[in-house]
Amino acid sequence: MQTLEFDFAPWRLSGQVVGVLLNHRPALAALGDAVNQPPHKAPPRAPVLYVKPRNTQVADGATVAVPADAPALEVGAALGLVIGRSATAVPEAQALAHVAGLVVVADLCVPHDSFYRPSVRQRARDGFCPLGPRVVPLAGLEGRIDALRVQVRVDGVPVHDTTTGDRIRPAAKLIADVTEFMTLSPGDVLLLGVSHGAPRVGAGHVVAVDIEGVGTLQFRLEAES
Amino acid sequence: MRTARVAWAGAVHEAVPHPQGLQLGNGQVLAEDQVVWLPPVAQPGTIIALGLNYADHVKELSRELTRSTQDEPLVFLKGPNALVGHRGRTRRPADATFMHYECELAVVIGRSARRVKAADALAHVQGYTVCNDYAVRDYLENWYRPNLRVKNRDGATALGPWLVSADEVPDPQALGLRTRVNGRVEQQGHTRDMIHSVAALIEYLSGFMTLMPGDIILTGTPEGTLNCAAGDAVECEIDGIGTLLNTLY
Repeated sequence: MQTLEFDFAPWRLSGQVVGVLLNHRPALAALGDAVNQPPHKAPPRAPVLYVKPRNTQVADGATVAVPADAPALEVGAALGLVIGRSATAVPEAQALAHVAGLVVVADLCVPHDSFYRPSVRQRARDGFCPLGPRVVPLAGLEGRIDALRVQVRVDGVPVHDTTTGDRIRPAAKLIADVTEFMTLSPGDVLLLGVSHGAPRVGAGHVVAVDIEGVGTLQFRLEAES
Repeated sequence: MRTARVAWAGAVHEAVPHPQGLQLGNGQVLAEDQVVWLPPVAQPGTIIALGLNYADHVKELSRELTRSTQDEPLVFLKGPNALVGHRGRTRRPADATFMHYECELAVVIGRSARRVKAADALAHVQGYTVCNDYAVRDYLENWYRPNLRVKNRDGATALGPWLVSADEVPDPQALGLRTRVNGRVEQQGHTRDMIHSVAALIEYLSGFMTLMPGDIILTGTPEGTLNCAAGDAVECEIDGIGTLLNTLY
């Protein structure tokens, strides 16, 4: 398994990556009244979080295996907020002071329609969280963190053009609501959540995720051996 | 072999049991309450937890469940922020009306496991310890349920006191477990009632994710999960593994 190479503190990653489901307004809106029907019965109140464990994390340039039971994978282009200073119950107004930098993350999953149970088998496969190529300091990007252009290309062809905006919880609010009950430590990465319409890819594809001012992450998909 | 990690006199030590409490690597013998107990796994990796893995617990909750014992294991992940050691204190949120303990057998992986069959699975286990995986039911929502606000709160997953090496636990499905609240037994169960055994869980999990040394599997809790109050002393005990004390505040 490939290891991640990053600079020293506060840009060294801890291995803890936390994602958030349905933070993009259009993604939640697309569910329509289903959010009020069983099994959900109500829209989410608190942020719906999931962990991308260490077996999922691979560096820029990685080759990711597409599992035999999943012909297509969803590529969730996500902005990663890299924590620089321990954050517990942080008020929204101070939240960004706890962020050291930003990183491009491809939050991969096996597509799934049900959000009732935690989808570990769909989200925690080996290699399902490419991130990199580097952590860029937040300085200079604070004011635009919720309006950065995000693009996904497959084999060089643009397939998704979106932004980090239109979030139910923009970056600072998300940090405040998450740290209300769980501490984020230096090197932890909190994902801002993927945009609606995440593209699907399969074995043989080369995927590039570009976030304005943060960088371009590239990886290749191949069939599981 | 049984090992603990404790803080004493300004440093972290490995400790082993002693008739008077515990003994540090430097020979120092101390009483249980003279040290700060840390989670016994030095560098915890991925923390994997099971919901509804005891037949009796599923029955207990059957009215609110859309689930049977035949389903795929209900798995969720936690972060290192949740861990707290033996004799630790866990905060009970002021607005919670139903916060309960969950006494669980914790399995620590010692050797990488990928696509391991159940018959070979236990060879990948380094050892076992006791977990009290608190849940705040007030915060349950039907999205990736149970979500991190319920199950991954700071210091709400107690672990310890000892990491017991696998050679001392020939059959992890032959262990009685119980929880005492302020000295009174409130939860009792037996690991033979797990729906998915330790070996089956390692087969299932390693079928889609590589398990690595230091990864921890929390194997679920039996029936008898009651609400607790601030000030309650909660002891989770597993035969042959240990007794884990936690106090709510």
